[in-house]
Amino acid sequence: MIATDTRLVALVGNPNAGKTSLFNALTGASQRVGNYPGVTVEKVTGHVRFEGKEFDVIDVPGLYSLQPQSADEEVAAGVVHGEPGLSQKPDLLVCVLDATNLERNLFFFSQLAEAGHPIVVALTMTDLLAKHGTPIDQARLSRLLGVDVIPVVAHKGTGIKELERAILDNLEHPMVPAFDVGLKPELDAQVDAIAERLARDAFDVERSTIRDSLSGESTELDERLAPFPELSEALEEARSSLASVPDKGCTDPASRYNWAARIRRQVLPDASLKRIRTSDRIDALLINRFTGMIVFAAVMFVVFQSIYTLAGPLMDGIGAGFEWLGDLIRPWLSGVPVLESLVIDGLLTGVGSVLTFLPQIIILFLFIAILEGTGYLARAAFLMDRLLGWCGLNGRAFIPLLSSFACAVPGIMAARVMPDPKSRLATILVSPLMSCSARLPVYILLIGAFIQPRYGALWAGVALFGMHLVGLAVAIPVVALLNRGVLKGRRLPFVLELPPYQWPKWRDVFLTVFSRAKVFVQTAGTIIVVLSLVIWFLGYFPRSEGDEERYRGEYTTLTSATRKHIEEENYIRQRQIENSFLGRIGKAIEPAFLPAGFDWRLSTTILMAFPAREVVVSSLGIIFSLGGEVDEANTDLRTAIQDARWPDGRPLMNGWTAVGFMVFFALCCQCMATLAAVKRETNSWKWPVFMFTYMTGLAYLAAVAIHQVGLLLSG
Amino acid sequence: MVGGVETIGFSELKQGMRGRVVSVDPHAPALLRLQEMGLTEGAEFLVDKVAPLGDPVEIFLRGYRLCLRKHEAVGILVEVIK
Ligand SMILES: Nc1nc2c(ncn2[C@@H]2O[C@H](COP(=O)(O)OP(=O)(O)O)[C@@H](O)[C@H]2O)c(=O)[nH]1
Ligand SMILES: [Mg+2]
Repeated sequence: MIATDTRLVALVGNPNAGKTSLFNALTGASQRVGNYPGVTVEKVTGHVRFEGKEFDVIDVPGLYSLQPQSADEEVAAGVVHGEPGLSQKPDLLVCVLDATNLERNLFFFSQLAEAGHPIVVALTMTDLLAKHGTPIDQARLSRLLGVDVIPVVAHKGTGIKELERAILDNLEHPMVPAFDVGLKPELDAQVDAIAERLARDAFDVERSTIRDSLSGESTELDERLAPFPELSEALEEARSSLASVPDKGCTDPASRYNWAARIRRQVLPDASLKRIRTSDRIDALLINRFTGMIVFAAVMFVVFQSIYTLAGPLMDGIGAGFEWLGDLIRPWLSGVPVLESLVIDGLLTGVGSVLTFLPQIIILFLFIAILEGTGYLARAAFLMDRLLGWCGLNGRAFIPLLSSFACAVPGIMAARVMPDPKSRLATILVSPLMSCSARLPVYILLIGAFIQPRYGALWAGVALFGMHLVGLAVAIPVVALLNRGVLKGRRLPFVLELPPYQWPKWRDVFLTVFSRAKVFVQTAGTIIVVLSLVIWFLGYFPRSEGDEERYRGEYTTLTSATRKHIEEENYIRQRQIENSFLGRIGKAIEPAFLPAGFDWRLSTTILMAFPAREVVVSSLGIIFSLGGEVDEANTDLRTAIQDARWPDGRPLMNGWTAVGFMVFFALCCQCMATLAAVKRETNSWKWPVFMFTYMTGLAYLAAVAIHQVGLLLSG
Repeated sequence: MVGGVETIGFSELKQGMRGRVVSVDPHAPALLRLQEMGLTEGAEFLVDKVAPLGDPVEIFLRGYRLCLRKHEAVGILVEVIK
């Protein structure tokens, strides 16, 4: 099958009209998710085979208008018009019209029709109309619009065959809406007058040609009339009389809506029945000042707890599975230490760390798909908008931000619930500032070592809570600055529709979760594995044959008191890291970290934690010669850090340095999975690089500031 | 007063009021999106709900329920229908 031979059908329509449900019903599992070149918008395509014929389908992002007002809308509109470089020009548009929201959907249809594309209409939500007692005159709608109108109910499979047949027919014999927009009365009147005048001189000219000429879009008519001064003059007169009418084109929304309302009244006279009573009754509870807030808090608590606790055992299971796999492979490779380490510490660790993100992604998107499918997500956004609006985000941002407290990777992916690219990008860029669960061990270790012994359990608790607020507090001015300076594009007014409550459609829920997981593993996963191998290389090399023997020799020269604390294997491991590229870089950048009060051991730990901050405690274990198997509750590690000295005998860390180190970890971008997810979601390296730079820069400045204040205050 | 009709700004609407759009400021480009959503001259709507923190508001318009922020609708004048 050659791609250009296959006909392309584009599903277009308003957001929430039912395009994706229809797309799922048409294409099933044949979906492919990619990106349009250079933009954040996803390109979702699939393939349909029906009665021996086949065609491709593309699910175009929802549009309220063909007049794009943001970068994402420009892409969607570009796909509709078949702009080169985005995708093949669609041979047919399936315009998805929500029957319960006919006027606004017809507004969009009028723009499509005017652009002259061949169209088939798929009429969705007719089951809701039937349930609430209003029949729609679909034959009349088809006559009025001049195209085929096929009612569909995607999740029940109703009308899908009929739609497929209509698509095949229309691919053979395309129908462009016989559609005289006739939107602006003044323009209409002038078109009529000119048509009449021309008819008197036996000129038969199409109304659309006259309209184009009057609105200045074409000069075809002017050229034809040039030999007849009297007619040219009439045309010119009509044009100048229109010039005084504001908005003389056909783009005026009010006229379009007048047209849409006229059509709606003819096919669906009683729109008042469309108020769906059950939804109103539920909303009386759910968007109410008191119960609404309580339900919201409860729902968010369940979502957050599920990601936080349910994912834990699954992640441990995946980790254990990979360890088991490593042990299984190890005997085969033990002859070649480099290969053994490459496969087990590099490759398996990398692949394992990709997969450990899956439980959280799956759980979060399961919740998002369910909340979105029931209609609650829109209500929650309505409740939260004011709170998030004042710092330049909007109500929908709470899902990505809240989930980022568990893990930024699913949080960043969840930012696709944001309606416009600007606020989506802002949300993505601050999500990793939320204190994810991987930061917790650092806090527990250092608070246990430096705060609790001195100030007691109460202050330890306060400090732990405070550490969780650091990122949040920094995020607010960061969003404000980003909106002011870095993120381009006009801010669109926030609009949100409240759809009627429904049961979620399980196939759509499943496909959403499946496609998010697949996209993460395929694209972000590749980046994570490659980076894991790079990091492995830096931590393993240079290493030569005699090194291990030399370290063993060194070990025997240590005092017996020291040897009692430090096991031989752990000593060797520490020396190997110290000697590796990573350790050497750590030592080389020590001077840069001196103003923050960190020595090479801490700076190397920071370097080791850049791929994933999860490893920070085990890195500290290795650096302090206790082995990589220690955890944050390990008292030996705690003591080792408390007792660590500078070469001149001063203690390495005090309360201030400990807080500085924690704040560094709170703000720093130490998670390549996050960067990979940002690359995937923004489809560019620019934003991950930007994020890494600003977060790491902030972290460094904050650590330095805290240490310096500490020096001043403790004299 | 516009053409003999008592008008108020969109942001002055209260929960439960019915309104009709009298005019939309043509010089405010941000209002184009709201017009595309159906808030055009002559459109009638009901103010359904005001969010607990005072903004946004939800209106029943052209058969569907639209939420928007009051301060982003500045420039839309409405007539209150009794
Ligand atoms: N009752 C009913 N619900 C539908 C129908 N089509 C879509 N939906 C629901 O409407 C919501 C929006 O649909 P979706 O396909 O995501 O819309 P999109 O934004 O156009 O892709 C989802 O909750 C769907 O389950 C339909 O024909 N009948
Ligand atoms: Mg969709």
